[in-house]
Amino acid sequence: MLDKNGIAKRIAKEVQDGFYVNLGIGIPTLVANFVQEDISVEFQSENGVLGMGPFPFEGEEDADIINAGKQTITTLKGASFFDSATSFAMIRGQHVDLTILGAMEVSENGDIANWKIPGKMVKGMGGAMDLVASAENIIVAMMHTNRAGASKLLKKCSLPLTGVGCVKKIVTNLAVLEIVPDGFKLLERAPGVSVEDIKKATEGTLLIEGEIPEMNL
Amino acid sequence: MIKKLVANVQQAVDGVQDGMTLMLGGFGLCGIPENAIAELVRLEVSDITCISNNAGVDDFGLGLLLQKKQIRKMISSYVGENDEFERQMLSGELDVELTPQGTLAEKCRAAKAGFPAFYTPAGYGTEVAEGKETREFNGKMYVLENAYKADFAFVKAWKGDEAGNLIFKGTARNFNPCMCGAAKITVAEVEELVPAGTLDPNQIHVPGIFVKRIFQGKNYEKRIEQRTVRKKD
Repeated sequence: MLDKNGIAKRIAKEVQDGFYVNLGIGIPTLVANFVQEDISVEFQSENGVLGMGPFPFEGEEDADIINAGKQTITTLKGASFFDSATSFAMIRGQHVDLTILGAMEVSENGDIANWKIPGKMVKGMGGAMDLVASAENIIVAMMHTNRAGASKLLKKCSLPLTGVGCVKKIVTNLAVLEIVPDGFKLLERAPGVSVEDIKKATEGTLLIEGEIPEMNL
Repeated sequence: MIKKLVANVQQAVDGVQDGMTLMLGGFGLCGIPENAIAELVRLEVSDITCISNNAGVDDFGLGLLLQKKQIRKMISSYVGENDEFERQMLSGELDVELTPQGTLAEKCRAAKAGFPAFYTPAGYGTEVAEGKETREFNGKMYVLENAYKADFAFVKAWKGDEAGNLIFKGTARNFNPCMCGAAKITVAEVEELVPAGTLDPNQIHVPGIFVKRIFQGKNYEKRIEQRTVRKKD
């Protein structure tokens, strides 16, 4: 089974040379730590920066340079700043190659819910609805089950949707799955996790074809 | 040169009345018009509708207006980080319209650019699209979103001149340029006000035509919401 860093490490393998990537808050943020050093990638943060770098050294933080999680950051060579309309032109206009974000629920037809729990949590969607409605390549990073042990990979989402039919790939602590017309296609198992374990943790239709390889981290 | 300079924040907010709709720039606490917000608190204007990506934190930014219950309606994309906001929303004291962030930016930009509405894919198939016109273009579904109508836009820039030209720094730019010219009256406060002719026209982010009033801001706190650092090895 993977921990959060393990999930991030596996997703980092999906990041290709020349990609502009938008990372959501939580596990997706960790992906930046594991991207291969020999490829060129630029991270976009929707509050208005391309070419995001690591956190600043103590004492060098600047209130005017933050990411979408409101964390102080630095920028790398070739970075740029821009306004919010331009930022979402990059996203809506599909200039960003890959979007990695978290989710509370994903359904087998690619719907995603990650912004609201009615009566409990209403923080807002931020940029998530724009990102999922536009991105061609969306990877969801999440735990396979919630804190109560219930599956987050469902036939149908129970929470208010963020977007419909948009998720392509999911990386969880147990598996890598692809959304295909008939359901969740199991691609890889996490180290030490059996197909049976994944079956038990998946409420939606799970498609298993042949031998399922273990992830190569 | 057309002069946009006013002497102080009091003159800058002149005309703001109860019940008005105000746009306020900023992302989190980054790039917010601190001086204008403080003056709106002092004036005790009430029953206002605020269009702003976030609602500040409990004791800073728009949180200061929430504390005094001056806001009737909040239009934002993300409102976490504010307990008083949550309390007022759940009790029904505060009306809240949550809007996808890119849509919020574009509803401002559209108002500024003279578009009454636009189609966006964001929110299609979600509760955000309920009651709105949808339409298919090239096999994909889109939602019709209207431009905002606002009385005042309050923005904050890094540098500005007497002609109202603005330059922003870092990610403090965010929604500020989108809101310039998107309301009947745009008020810009700047960290550094310089004489016209000092700023390089090639480097201007917002031309002065979109700004009605500009003033030198004071005592910027520029609070950091999430101070994240790494240690030197």
